[in-house]
Amino acid sequence: MSWLQKMPLPDLPDNPEEPIIKIRNLNVWYGNRLVLGDINLDIPRNRITAIIGPSGCGKSTLIRCLNRMNDLIPNARVEGQVLFDGKNIYSSDVDVTEIRRRIGMVFQKPNPFPKSIYENIAWGLRIRGFKGNLDEVVERALRQAALWDEVKDKLHANALTLSGGQQQRLCIARALAVGSEVLLLDEPASALDPISALKIEELLRELSRDYTIVIVTHNMQQAARVSHYTAFIMWDDNRVGRLIEYGLTRDIFTNPKDKRTEDYITGRFG
Amino acid sequence: MPREMLDSEIQRLQKEVMSLGEMVEKSILEAVDSLKRRDFEASRRIIAQDQAINEKRFAIEADTLVVIATQQPMASDLRILAAILEVVTELERIADYAKGIAKVNLLIGEKPLIKPLIDIPRMAQKATDMLHRALEAFVQKDVEKAMAIPKEDDEVDALYDQVYRELMTYVIANPAANLEQANYLLWVAHNLERAADRVTNICERVVFTVTGEMKELDIQEDIGTRWSRTIKEGQ
Repeated sequence: MSWLQKMPLPDLPDNPEEPIIKIRNLNVWYGNRLVLGDINLDIPRNRITAIIGPSGCGKSTLIRCLNRMNDLIPNARVEGQVLFDGKNIYSSDVDVTEIRRRIGMVFQKPNPFPKSIYENIAWGLRIRGFKGNLDEVVERALRQAALWDEVKDKLHANALTLSGGQQQRLCIARALAVGSEVLLLDEPASALDPISALKIEELLRELSRDYTIVIVTHNMQQAARVSHYTAFIMWDDNRVGRLIEYGLTRDIFTNPKDKRTEDYITGRFG
Repeated sequence: MPREMLDSEIQRLQKEVMSLGEMVEKSILEAVDSLKRRDFEASRRIIAQDQAINEKRFAIEADTLVVIATQQPMASDLRILAAILEVVTELERIADYAKGIAKVNLLIGEKPLIKPLIDIPRMAQKATDMLHRALEAFVQKDVEKAMAIPKEDDEVDALYDQVYRELMTYVIANPAANLEQANYLLWVAHNLERAADRVTNICERVVFTVTGEMKELDIQEDIGTRWSRTIKEGQ
């Protein structure tokens, strides 16, 4: 066992690594084309897992499989299992809306509703028939998303007046408010300036104490900074995305086992 | 704060460096004390403990590399991390001197010491005191403090010269009886003198961390020059 493996993960409680999502023999087709082949991956609870790889390798496709967003893409077909707390989310008896509530998604471009900051959070709760104290939930979600101090005096202003970074944190708050346990983030900081991006990263580190986070990024430095685990995906000779290597971020970025990973993270490929 | 993760990692590593420094200080002081008390068990313990120091040094080094690889430090952050790699190397070498002193105790064996140890413990005290303050200066980024410490190396050098002259008188008086042990004790004093020199290297890293400037703070004459001067003065 190397020194790296012996050292505890910094700034995290020493809870055992327990997968909240298990991906088993996952294959994804767009029409007749296999785009992801035989993916097996465990996503640990209360950790940040980064998915990296060259453009078009299937990173976003993979993350979209984790809350059935690919259902919305015509011709997309998924085989295999995604077990969330032990249950396959692709089972016929699964309520997809409920899955997407518990496994929320934040996209590259912030997409707040064209409503007030308050309503962006409250709306999802209302349509679910929430009867409790909305003000409290809105405040808690905004605090969790490190946005409260910046917006508390203008909760009824239009969300579109916020900066890009603030809008993205609002989208995260929106997911937290409805009770998401897992946050899927697809390039959440690529449209932001570096300081706003760093704020999002710090927020994710903070949230990982209570939530499981999966982040797709083409920005390797960001994956290295923010995540505890990293999965590297790359095409094979048939242009099928394959999981090449998965492990602790500290190992992947200092001593990867696979030469393809080494070539990618050192900038010699991709 | 956007770089909270990086900042907390740097602080954690600095604490680890301080903790390694304390282990090294303790090793030096105990090695000399066990020689003075002729405590072989304690010397063996110090030799065994050197492994723990080596392992801690490697752990800090590995962690520093992880922070460099994953957090992309720049400017003063990068300099601190580069300095940590240097400082832990110096600390590990100083611990090797402690191990060397402990070995001397075992090599001398059951024979009584040819002289009571007075200046050698003083050297150890002075060197470890300098080391402690150098590490404080490193963590506190205190350039003034760091630049003042190497000047104190004169005291360690003066004690070394004194030990040297004294041991030579023992050798001249009775070479057959005293030469071997005088040689061992000179080895001990030399180790302590080198330990203090390495403290100067640590102080240089403090200056580099804060100012970005790499400069020698060692304004003392080297040991060879000093020896020839000492020998000439003795003639």
